[in-house]
Amino acid sequence: MIRGAVRYIDRRSRTAPFVRKALRYVFPDHWSFLLGEVALYAFIVLVATGIYLTLFFVDSTAPTVYHGPYLPLQGQHMSEAYASVVNISTTVKAGLLIRQTHHWAANVFIAAIVLHLFRIFFTGAYRKPRELTYLIGVTMLTLALLEAYLGYSMVDDLLSGMGLAIGWSVGMSIPFFGANLMSLLFHGPFPGQSALWPRMYVAHVFLLPVLIGTLLALHLTLVALRHHTQFRRRRETERRVVGVPAWPGQTPRSLGLAFATAGVLFLLGGLVQTNPVWLWGPYHMYVATNGAQPDWYLGWLIGGLRLMPGFDVVIDGYTLVPNPFWGGVAFPVVVLGFVYLWPWIERRFTGDEAYHNIVERPRDAPWRTAVGIGVLSWVFIVFVAGSSDRAAVLFGLSYTGQIWFYRVAALVLPFVFGLIAYRVCNGLVAGERVEEDRKRAEAEARLAHAEAVTKP
Amino acid sequence: MTRLRDALVAGLALLAGKIGGTRESRGRIVPEQPAEPRAELLVLLLLGLASAGAVAFIVLYAVSIPSQTQYLGLSLGLSLLFVAAALIVTSHRLVVTEELEEDYPPEEHVAEQERVVQLLEEGGDRLTRRRLFRLGLLGAGGTLGLALLTPVLSLGPFFETKLYLGTPWRRGRRLVDENGRPWRADDIERDDFYTAFAEGADMEELGSPLVLVRLPPGDLRLPEHLRGYDAGGIVAYSKICTHAGCAIAMYRAPLFQPAEPRPALVCPCHYSTFDPATGGAVLFGPAGRPLPMLPIEADGRGFLRAKGNFDGPVGPSWWGVRMWRPNP
Repeated sequence: MIRGAVRYIDRRSRTAPFVRKALRYVFPDHWSFLLGEVALYAFIVLVATGIYLTLFFVDSTAPTVYHGPYLPLQGQHMSEAYASVVNISTTVKAGLLIRQTHHWAANVFIAAIVLHLFRIFFTGAYRKPRELTYLIGVTMLTLALLEAYLGYSMVDDLLSGMGLAIGWSVGMSIPFFGANLMSLLFHGPFPGQSALWPRMYVAHVFLLPVLIGTLLALHLTLVALRHHTQFRRRRETERRVVGVPAWPGQTPRSLGLAFATAGVLFLLGGLVQTNPVWLWGPYHMYVATNGAQPDWYLGWLIGGLRLMPGFDVVIDGYTLVPNPFWGGVAFPVVVLGFVYLWPWIERRFTGDEAYHNIVERPRDAPWRTAVGIGVLSWVFIVFVAGSSDRAAVLFGLSYTGQIWFYRVAALVLPFVFGLIAYRVCNGLVAGERVEEDRKRAEAEARLAHAEAVTKP
Repeated sequence: MTRLRDALVAGLALLAGKIGGTRESRGRIVPEQPAEPRAELLVLLLLGLASAGAVAFIVLYAVSIPSQTQYLGLSLGLSLLFVAAALIVTSHRLVVTEELEEDYPPEEHVAEQERVVQLLEEGGDRLTRRRLFRLGLLGAGGTLGLALLTPVLSLGPFFETKLYLGTPWRRGRRLVDENGRPWRADDIERDDFYTAFAEGADMEELGSPLVLVRLPPGDLRLPEHLRGYDAGGIVAYSKICTHAGCAIAMYRAPLFQPAEPRPALVCPCHYSTFDPATGGAVLFGPAGRPLPMLPIEADGRGFLRAKGNFDGPVGPSWWGVRMWRPNP
């Protein structure tokens, strides 16, 4: 049967030589190489569960009054969008499972991409000839953040509406044309939602997924064309790649990871509640709730918005830079810009034009590790600052005191952490050198001793 | 049980032998490794458990009411995890484990690159005025691109930013609550917090919602241009934060004087804090402008009415927010 299928396909597509090569494609083996795969499988779960959800979601803010089985919302005025999500969560069989799995998959998708990015960054895997693969990867991360934001903004519950208002304000704060741009997108002032909803919907379920999917295909093609990078262990060199072949070694492993990812996501979707929209209630522009937090991957932006001292840049009555611009636009642009440009920044300093197939351990490139840790800790401190309202409630810490602490910490600690990382890297390398020297000296001593003994 | 197992193993071995037998005549590609009947049995067991989970999911779906999300997730998730476990055991113990080694692809194809460059260049040999051509192409491409982008402007009023200045407030308009009931001055008590809307206007309009608080008239320190905006100590501000457009949903009335000496209006999104006693000035947080204040009065029957429009535009800042006052 296998022979029949192979013959049938080759006679029509003449792809047998390609398939044979593909089956023997070599995968270098290291646990950290699986992070990108987890992102891929989370994306597949997102698409599958997402398609199911589109069959029940209504992309309209037309007003309606709730008369479903969930009593606390009985008789409330809400949009059809919100009503349809409450409906998915309460009356559609398995609807809540699929919805929560979709939400969890989004969280895991972005987490896996971010961890994958850390691996690529701190091992220098983005270096020539893989810069394009890297750029496409960072672009997918950016699109994924936008996609996820649109996904929970469409629901039109209280939290999503507050998030949308913040997004609108951040857009408004873009100098010179922000207000015009938002007027275009929202078809008038906020909440100009009736026009906005179909736009968010088509972007979330079609434009962005197709774009991410296309970039994903390109990303993987480039990876395969250049082959994977590898760590130097025994026989690995810049010219020879060592690892497990796609068939039979890697296939069950990778499929196993795919099923494990899907399994964990469905367990989370079934057992761990996420975004219980029926509790938040419908969004009204004049309502807000305390303790509102976005999903984790937007925490750095809420932190950036909160840390900024209160001022707009005004020149003679013209408001040049409204405040949300700093935390909501400038901060992510600087961070993502740094990530995008890093391969070229590094090359400017190292002058390294060589091809690299061997990745480095973080300690082998102390400057890169130090800069990376510095930027990462900067973003992380701002991220933690985004939760200062929860810390105020949980630990009784003064909110204003925390904000002042984080304002200083965000400016000072990245340098401290970068310096520590630099020292740790050099210390580890020096430690290894001492160890090698000791071994060599021991070996020599043993040799000398042996010679001394054998000599008459 | 043992006989069943033996039969199973024998069958699998036979199958493996058959496949192996036909291959041997051609020389193997994948190295030969011994069979592991126990691992095979384990994989079969795991696949059986996966089937059980899947069947459980179907049954639960068929019999359960929709709120059985936990059981559905548990059965489906475990079923998938059992398949994953089966695959991982397979990868470790049942498929041939080997390490391959091969050359990385060449860094570049210099000769082919030259050929491509040559091809591209020779294809344009007949052109004599290349720079003009380039200019022409650029011009046509640019203008055509613009033309194709133009319909995007139909999405919304790109050039009309004055629409951000509209509010429903007019002189004499009454302040009503969420259910349309007019607020009386007597309803507004100290250390409490009220939401009001323009009577008859759309509650979801940005310029409509207000926060109302009552302060002791002696505590009011309104700046010059806001004198007389209060109605006997009752002050009205736009409920929309001037930082990021959330609703000002919290009122910090001083319960503990040393830490919080005066009342404040707080937005829960980024904790912009405004002083109701001084015309909505920013006390803390990221907001760059005071809250717009609405001049109000109590009419002869005690109903609260607007005396005019806000002293500044409602909502978050944008480039023109300090250049105009709200309409009309």
